[in-house]
Formats: sequence, structure tokens, C-alpha cells
Amino acid sequence: MKKFLIISLAVIVAVMTFTPFLWMLSASFMKSGAANTYPPKIFPDEFDFSHYKTLFTRLNLTRYLINSTVISLGVTALSLLFNSMAGYAFAKFRFKKKKSFFKFLLSAMIIPGQVTMLPVFLILKNMGLINTYWAIIVPAMASIFGIFLIRQYAFSIPDSLIEAAKMDSATELQIYFRIILPLCKPILVTLGLFTFMGTWNDFLWPLIVMTDMNMYTLPVALANLMSEHVQDTELMMAGSVITILPVLVVFLALQKYYIKGIMMGSVKE
Amino acid sequence: MVGGSSLRSEPNVKTNTKLSVLILFLGPSLIVIFVFFFLPVIAAFTMSFTDFDIYSLGNFDYLRVTGFDNYKKLLNEPLFWTALKNTFYFVLVGGPLSVAASLGTALLLNSKLIKYKSIFRMIYFLPVVTTLVAVSIVWRYFYHPRFGLLNYILSFIGLGPFDWLGDPNLAMPAIIILAVWKNFGYNMIIFIAGLQNIPEDLYEAAGIEGATAWQQFKHITIPLLAPTTLFISVITMIGYFQLFAEPYVMTQGGPLNSTLSIVLYMYQEGFRWWNIGYSTAIAFALFIIILIGTLIQFRLQKESEA
Repeated sequence: MKKFLIISLAVIVAVMTFTPFLWMLSASFMKSGAANTYPPKIFPDEFDFSHYKTLFTRLNLTRYLINSTVISLGVTALSLLFNSMAGYAFAKFRFKKKKSFFKFLLSAMIIPGQVTMLPVFLILKNMGLINTYWAIIVPAMASIFGIFLIRQYAFSIPDSLIEAAKMDSATELQIYFRIILPLCKPILVTLGLFTFMGTWNDFLWPLIVMTDMNMYTLPVALANLMSEHVQDTELMMAGSVITILPVLVVFLALQKYYIKGIMMGSVKE
Repeated sequence: MVGGSSLRSEPNVKTNTKLSVLILFLGPSLIVIFVFFFLPVIAAFTMSFTDFDIYSLGNFDYLRVTGFDNYKKLLNEPLFWTALKNTFYFVLVGGPLSVAASLGTALLLNSKLIKYKSIFRMIYFLPVVTTLVAVSIVWRYFYHPRFGLLNYILSFIGLGPFDWLGDPNLAMPAIIILAVWKNFGYNMIIFIAGLQNIPEDLYEAAGIEGATAWQQFKHITIPLLAPTTLFISVITMIGYFQLFAEPYVMTQGGPLNSTLSIVLYMYQEGFRWWNIGYSTAIAFALFIIILIGTLIQFRLQKESEA
């Protein structure tokens, strides 16, 4: 009896969690207007792919898909490089005030990002980077949280490995690229995954720095599309599917690393 | 090679890393963090004491230092108080609901009676990784008063129809439901790990002494999960104070400003009307509120431990 109760509860929660996705997917295949009927349809009567076609032909979705992809990959690649170099340095290098300096960086994380938005916008505007991919990539190239994650992981690398490489007269960069980076692979995948998905899903910052329609990322394009096509439920659902699908695929492929990352982020100093 | 290097073996004292190496490894990220984080924080703080607006944006000569005027204006602006009230509503109702949903589902998935845990976990987790703007749009249709699936489902138990996003009293609850649905999976994962850290024999001993499931939950699970719960409450609260995309997409702050959040208000003032000085003052008010909220939660935790 207890078992039955618990299992049905788990199933009910699963259904509640999944229904919006199911409906989004099925409405995206409905004929125009078919999603606006009473009682609501759960499944399309016949499959209609025209909304996807409209999105990619008339509504320029390819462009937004490219924007989102280039920006997310750019942020991920550059921030992994910068953060891992700094994280490794904070874990293994010796210099004065290292610990207190790092503590200072960590404590600054309490400041919410919204505080910096206007000045960062003005700085980027002066640099002429507004409405370029760099407006999103450059400020995201390094993050205190990313440095923190790498640092925690790099502590576990034995000093003897680094010393041995120095004996063989390897340069610091050689040590970093040939020894440290390969050993840090799991944390790099985790951090990369968080960064990629975070950048892909972000809305407020791209909304601010991309004012030219051609530079919109998918979420901004979708919100903008909504203002003109609010009546076209099926079209909006198709747009939502396209926006969600890439992150979903990436997540499902690398789930294990994502879950690990949540745990690492929740470990207190 | 090996023999050669052993001859000029290095002194065993711990030497500091060379400056050039430090600059190479730390320079790039520290420059980015300084230019795009610390400098802007200082700039924003300074700007919040000026009348920086669209005119000064074109010509700095128009810029004047106005002291605490922005903050005074803020405190006298009914719209700010509305935004503050709405945000607190979202944090104080949505926050605990989210944490409760996370804990509930974590307990569910931690139960030995359930098979295929990883599948359930994956499904529960899906909303977390999906794009907030996209799911907000989906829920907007979900909430449709006439054709929405939610009202249809509720009609079977004799409720509704509700005008979820059109009724000032329901719009914020609707956003809270969306937020709970979107976010509970994340903290669920942390709770599951916390639950698995509780030694099994504690429950066995309690069971032998005849403690009911509820008593075990109250006297073993809750106290031992307290550090996890504090951590989760703090990050949830900080995140929820920054409410923006949901009202932006679903209600644009309406109806009757009932879903206008602090960040949405800041965005409108700063990036729509270019009241830059005033907008940075709003951002700092948000920061101070988050800071106070965090301190209160740590204090509460300490008191309950003492």
C-alpha cells in the first residue's frame, strides 16, 4: 500500500513536470489555430511541419541559431582557458597574499550581476562592441565561480608531477597544457557544460547588448517574435522547441557531469 | 638528460612563482574580472549619486553630482515600493514552496520503494536545464483563460476558469507556480546528496525504539539536513530576488504592475528610459536587500543551532 502510494506520487510529479514539454512539442505540430480550441487537444490530429518551415525561411531563425551557437561556444572555450589558467595558479603557484586575495574574490560573488550591467554596457559601447558577439563573450571570459571550481579540483593534482616536469625543464606553459589540462578534463567538461548552457539560456544580458535584430540570440528572438505572433500558438511552440532542443541534447549527453557540477558548487569552502 | 638535471638539483626551499609566470596565468582573467566586474561595481556606486541620464550620455557636461537624490527619489516612488512588494511576495512565497518541492521530491526519490530512480530524476530535472524564456512562453499558453490546458484540467475538479495572467491577484501566483516547476529539480539533487549522507543506522535505531516515520523525519532528517537546507535557502533566495524573465515574457510586469519586479523596474528605468543614475541606485538597493536577506538566514540558522 505504501509502495503504491509512493510510486503513484512519483508518477504524478513526473507527469506534471513533463506535460508542458509534451504539449509544447505536440502543439508545434498542430495546424494553425488547432491549439486554440476547447477542449484543448493533447495530440495533433495530423502532423503539420509548416511552422518549423516558416521559422527557418520567413523568420530568419537560422541566423539566431547561429548567433546563439557561436556566442555560447565562444564564451565556453575562452572562459575555460582563462578560468583554468587562473584556477591552476591559485591552487599551485606560490605568491604573497594568495589566500586572502582569493577570499576577497570569493566574497565579491555576493554582489548581484545586475549592479554592473549599466557600467558594463557603457564600457562596451565605448569599445564599439555593442551589437557584436564580443559584447556577450568578453565580459564572460572569466568568472570567479569558474576559477573557484578549477582551483578546488587542481588541489588534488600531486605537486610531485609538476616538480618532475620542472626537472625535465618543461616550461610553465608546457606543464599547463600537457599535464594540468588533461588531468582537469572532468572539471573542464563540467564547467564547460554549465557555461554553455548558462550562456545559451541567458536572456537579460543579450537583450541589453543586442539591439540589432540580426544579432539576437534565440531567447531574445523568441521573446521578440512573441510580441508579433502572440496569436500563433503553434508557431511559438515550434520556436520554443528549437530553442530548447540544443541544450536538452547537450544535457542528456553529459548529464553525469552536470549533476557532479551541482554538487561541487554546493560544497562550501 | 635525467643525469644532467639531477646535477643541478634545485634548492629545496619553497620559492615564490616568478612574476612573469603569474602575469601569464592570472593576468587575462584578473583583467577581465577587474574591467567587467570590480570597475563597474565602483562605477555603478558612483553613478548612483549622479543624475546620469540620456542627456549626459551624449555630453558629459550635463552630468551633475546629486548626492542621495536618487535614493530619496527611490524611497518616494510608489512604483519602487510596488516592485519591492511584488519581489518579496515572490521570494517569501515562491522560495519556501520551491525548497519544499525540492525536499519532497528528494525524499520521494530517496525512498527504497522506487525503481527506475534515474529516469524519474532525469524527468524532474528537465525544466532546470531548459531555456527560461522558452518555457515561460509555453506556460503563457498553458495559463490561457479559455484554451489553456491548466484551466481545462482544473475544470475536472470543479475549479475555475481562472484568468491566470490577467487577474492582478493571480498573476504572481501563476509566476510562482512556473518558478517552482522550473527550479525544484536543481535543489532536489543537492537534497538527495544530503539525505544520502545521513547514516542509515540512525533510522534503524529510531525504528527499533518505535519512532514513527514522521518523528524520524522531524528529529533525524530535518536537523541533519539543516546545513544543506540553509545553503539551498540562501541560493534560492538570492536567485529569486533577481526575478526578471518570467514577468518580462508573460506579463510585462502587469496587470496593474502586479508582477513588476525590482530587476524589471531597474531594466525599464535604465535601458528603456536611460535614467542611468537612478537605475544604478535601484541595483544597489537590490544588492543591499540580498545582503540583508543572506545575513538574516545565517543568523536564523545560528539561533536554531544554539
